[in-house]
Amino acid sequence: MTQSPTSPPTSPRTSPLTPVLTRRWLSPRSWSIDTYTQLEGYAAMRKALDSHPDQLIQLIKDSGLRGRGGAGFPAGMKWGFIPQGEDGPGAKPKYLVVNADEGEPGTCKDVPLMMADPHSLIEGCIITSYAVRAHECFIYVRGEVPHCLRRVRNAVDEAYAAGYLGSDILGSGFDLDIVVHAGAGCYEAGEETALLDSLEGRTAQPRLKPPFPATKGLYSAPTVVNNVETIATVPYIVSGGSEWFRSMGTEKSPGPKIYSVSGHVERPGQYEAPLGTTLRELLELVGGMRDGIPLKFWTPGGSSTPLLTAEHLDVPLDFEGTAEVGSMLGTTAIMVFNETVSVPWAVMKWTEFYKHESCGKCTPCREGTYWLTHILQRMVRREGTPSDVDTMLDVCDNILGRSFCALGDGAVSPITSGIKYFRQEFLDLCKEQPDVAQPEQQAELAGVRP
Amino acid sequence: MSSAEPEHPVDSANPAFRARPADAAQAADQASGETLSTLQDAPVEQPLPVDTSVFDEQTVRLAREIVPRYPGSRSALLPMLHLVQSVQGHISQAGIVFCAQQLGLTTAQVSAVVTFYSMYKRKPSGEHLVSVCTNALCAALGGDEIYARLGERLGSAEAPLGQEETAGEPGTPGSVTLEHVECLAACDLAPVVQVNYEYFDKQTVESAIELVDALRRGERPVPTRGAPLTSWRDTEMQLAGFFGEPEVLQAAVDAPSTSEETMVGARLAERRGWQAPPMPDDSPLPPVPDKK
Repeated sequence: MTQSPTSPPTSPRTSPLTPVLTRRWLSPRSWSIDTYTQLEGYAAMRKALDSHPDQLIQLIKDSGLRGRGGAGFPAGMKWGFIPQGEDGPGAKPKYLVVNADEGEPGTCKDVPLMMADPHSLIEGCIITSYAVRAHECFIYVRGEVPHCLRRVRNAVDEAYAAGYLGSDILGSGFDLDIVVHAGAGCYEAGEETALLDSLEGRTAQPRLKPPFPATKGLYSAPTVVNNVETIATVPYIVSGGSEWFRSMGTEKSPGPKIYSVSGHVERPGQYEAPLGTTLRELLELVGGMRDGIPLKFWTPGGSSTPLLTAEHLDVPLDFEGTAEVGSMLGTTAIMVFNETVSVPWAVMKWTEFYKHESCGKCTPCREGTYWLTHILQRMVRREGTPSDVDTMLDVCDNILGRSFCALGDGAVSPITSGIKYFRQEFLDLCKEQPDVAQPEQQAELAGVRP
Repeated sequence: MSSAEPEHPVDSANPAFRARPADAAQAADQASGETLSTLQDAPVEQPLPVDTSVFDEQTVRLAREIVPRYPGSRSALLPMLHLVQSVQGHISQAGIVFCAQQLGLTTAQVSAVVTFYSMYKRKPSGEHLVSVCTNALCAALGGDEIYARLGERLGSAEAPLGQEETAGEPGTPGSVTLEHVECLAACDLAPVVQVNYEYFDKQTVESAIELVDALRRGERPVPTRGAPLTSWRDTEMQLAGFFGEPEVLQAAVDAPSTSEETMVGARLAERRGWQAPPMPDDSPLPPVPDKK
């Protein structure tokens, strides 16, 4: 790895790490309401309940907070789309649904957040619901993490007991109930409209958009769907203001972000740093590559974000920086792989994942991931041919942008980026299997003996 | 079990779990009435002659407690299926009919959901469920090897245990169902194994074999992150939203959750004195924007 010891480890404006969401995680029983309130918890809620809801929407717009679930949609704008008013669409009940169905390969930030500091999520839910005038909030937690469910459910119970949930919260006249809901094992349920279908007791398959959830969401009523980390960030913005929030991160990607670094590094884990931090800076924080074995490839934000290589150590890890090099910020799930890992093998494993999790609703994704898995398995068994590479790219071309939801787009990311940077590695697997374009093999396949 | 006591104080005190006012239900019905799928979703079939007596009064009561949590009754289906699994250890045809009857759905509608989600098991499962992550990152760090060796250990070298197969008689003490699963959201702690969905982080082949051996002997090893092990069916009861008495929930809530990996960034920042910029003493909210 080409790590230069002289490169500046800090971004100019702030410390290399900026614990905001992770600030309370070291405190004893950080998940309890006592610890949370001792450390200024629920102060933002009081400030919010004293304000006009539209002030809060404006604040979040001003802060530039972008969704932490992968797509990076401006949260304040999303809230602003909820129709308000006494009659028409604004008269319907409105809902807040928290997407806690963390399942993108590499992503492991919401689970530790919900375990360590569930009250920041609950306080965020109260403020967000007040802002969009929702009186019911659902937290959809993936089923495979009962310990998160316990912690979140306990936090909800504690918040009810303290009078922060229920009717007429702290005499404000605002009512809110929160229901903690367990999923049942499905990656696609993390897609916002599939999540709504799942929450309605159906198979988790995406809906055609438009209409968007802001107008027709849960039970066809106006609904805000936000990621755990997004909602948990809200109380800090209410307390500190948009200027403070913008003092971290970059112009278009402001704020702190939990980077989850995993794989072949010395100290994997959760590192909260300003958006725009580079992998080179993160690698210095995590103590470098494990056993000094050089970096080969990595993902900036989960398996659905195109792979990057050692050339990309200085790419600012924000929404713009990653897009500029043809990838995406995703969930800042940084999976780091060293030189011992075969790219075609890793791509095969991810493609098997997408095939398993494809919901089956649309043909390009359902059929495409099935055939891509077969081709990749064949290549890894060293039974592929050089033309398989082009076949895969052709199949990917028929999935990307042609699927019902982003799962299909995500499924082709590892393949197209893997071939882009490591084509020779795919071809090397085919050395023992010459292409069928060779005449004698074609004749044999056709049953004609030369 | 204790979590099913009728006087569940947390639930009854929790307004979210009380029946909602008629007007709210009506509003929700009106809202949902706009979906195109209403007609085709209308239950038309006759109940099948399937014996659902395994679901006793207690289960019926719990099932009915789930429904009023939600504006629309069908939302209760996923938790209700977890409840069914906590009773039977899998979802049988009787379980499907039971849920259909409780929610006014067809068995086809329930079956579609059961077969869609991977946590619903269609055949009787073991006292414990062992899930091994074999997604790319865990696999690269040893997850594939762990899954292969556990299959051999729980089955035999010639006939390793396959996906969702069980060592021992399903439901009996010490029986173990094995599965490989997709990403478990603990990549910084790879390779990861779960028992009854409680985390056993940073496993090796040796530690994982020790783990399943202990489970087979009837022992209950302590998870790295999560509540002390009971059984997979007990966990399913919690996934249905029933956590037991407050003191039972509190003890489980306080079970360990953090690892060095969870804290590593926060600790490093503390050691180096790194902080986020200080918040201003007073940050007024923006004025109420003018309506366009």
